[in-house]
Amino acid sequence: MVTTIKYREFKNKLFKVIIILLTTVCTLPLLLVLYKIFREGISAINWDFFVNLPKPVGETGGGIVNALIGSVLLILVASVISIPLGVFTGIYLSEYRNTKLSYFTLLSVDVLTGVPSIVIGIIIYLWVVKTMGGFSAISGSIALSVMMLPSIIKSTEETLKLIPNTLKEASLSLGVPYYRTILKVILPAGITGILSGIILSIARVAGETAPLLFTAFGNPFINTNILKPISSLPAIIFNYAISPYEDWHKLAWGASFVLIIIVLFLNIITKIAQRKWKVQF
Amino acid sequence: MEGTILKTFNFSANFGESQVLKNISIEINRNEVVAVMGPSGCGKTTFIRCINRMHELTQGATVNGDIRVDDNSIYTMNLIVLRRKIGMVFQHPNPFPTMSIYQNVVAGYLLNGIKLKKTERDEVVERSLKRVALWDEVKDDLHKKGTFLSGGQQQRLCIARSISMNPEILLLDEPTSALDPISTAKIEELIFELKKNYTIIIVTHNMQQAGRISDRTAFFYLGELLEFNDTTELFINPKHEKTQNYITGRFG
Repeated sequence: MVTTIKYREFKNKLFKVIIILLTTVCTLPLLLVLYKIFREGISAINWDFFVNLPKPVGETGGGIVNALIGSVLLILVASVISIPLGVFTGIYLSEYRNTKLSYFTLLSVDVLTGVPSIVIGIIIYLWVVKTMGGFSAISGSIALSVMMLPSIIKSTEETLKLIPNTLKEASLSLGVPYYRTILKVILPAGITGILSGIILSIARVAGETAPLLFTAFGNPFINTNILKPISSLPAIIFNYAISPYEDWHKLAWGASFVLIIIVLFLNIITKIAQRKWKVQF
Repeated sequence: MEGTILKTFNFSANFGESQVLKNISIEINRNEVVAVMGPSGCGKTTFIRCINRMHELTQGATVNGDIRVDDNSIYTMNLIVLRRKIGMVFQHPNPFPTMSIYQNVVAGYLLNGIKLKKTERDEVVERSLKRVALWDEVKDDLHKKGTFLSGGQQQRLCIARSISMNPEILLLDEPTSALDPISTAKIEELIFELKKNYTIIIVTHNMQQAGRISDRTAFFYLGELLEFNDTTELFINPKHEKTQNYITGRFG
């Protein structure tokens, strides 16, 4: 009797040790990646790095200002396209759950999540870049917005589905029209979930490289015209990392570091927003 | 103003194939409290949800017959006008979670985009909260979220939200079933007060409650209106065997 209990306790402990061990094995590489980027990247960072354009090989002190501006612009335009589309689609899906349209929308959203980003890049290249006659920031933004849509739609739909129906009825019973009920009662009640979905989708596409290579292409100069090619952080990392020059490698590390910090920052904002605007039913 | 305020004519309601209300014809007078009673699934809630046309929100829900408020059919009336005329309070308190107590009371104005001057708004809030006897409890916390209140207070807040729009009829769907006895007593007192200004139709499972607060009681059974009479008369002298069995606790 005593021995079996001891054996069970031993198994309990063993189980605990195993899950702790596996979690460590899983987390360690992530931390190592972060460590490497921080170590290599931080030495590239200084004021010049943020305000200078990349310099030709051999000259020191090049920066990534074109890529920074490019990434911000690309993501801004992509958000302007995808947020209204995604949020309104999410509203439709949570409001009309059993229609054919919502069935096919959900299906395509799920499939879209799994489409490799390079495929999206190629398609946007064929449809937008070719028709417009050249690489442009707007085509890059379209590619990014396609990648943002699924997570915005999903997070909106799932957040709104959890909002009690009685809230909608309360509003309707006050004589509030349907559209105002959705915009002024339902959306505000779900704002935290929707916002965090949006921010996370931005964090996700901030590092997308493949679709941008075919669309925004890259630009060694500062560009704010969305109809012209534009640089971006992931593109600069890609171009510099595959180059044979030591100086450029350093820039690539620095740009990676900046990108990681941006993503980290976005995640922290999400956490804060979730805590601050928590809606209690 | 005496007389009939609400009248239904051979009114039936369906969810898809199943008929939940069968040929209900009833007349409700101004400023009376009508209790709607009956065993679970008899169509009480559906009945009052038909009056402000909330029933039709459910997919596959259909109706037959007519309901008239002040001699206007609710189906020809503008839906928004109708719902402002007829306030509703739900089984579970449902204040708007993103709004303060103050905003909740005037939610009907805010959400409808009806502009009120600050002084008018303050007045509506104070009057409505006083009417539901919540003013003294919350007057210092008006800008806290409504969801911080207790269940009973939340329910009174929801009643305040309804009456701030000056409806003529108030529909109460088991308003006390989620509340403790003290909060229940407060709401019942409140109903007694409100009856001076409003016509009240209250769904209740609680027979004592129906006896305490209502002037007349409608007894529903399997979607039919079996009996509609003065509450005292219905309790002492039920005409129908089913009513008798229900109020003596033989089923329910």
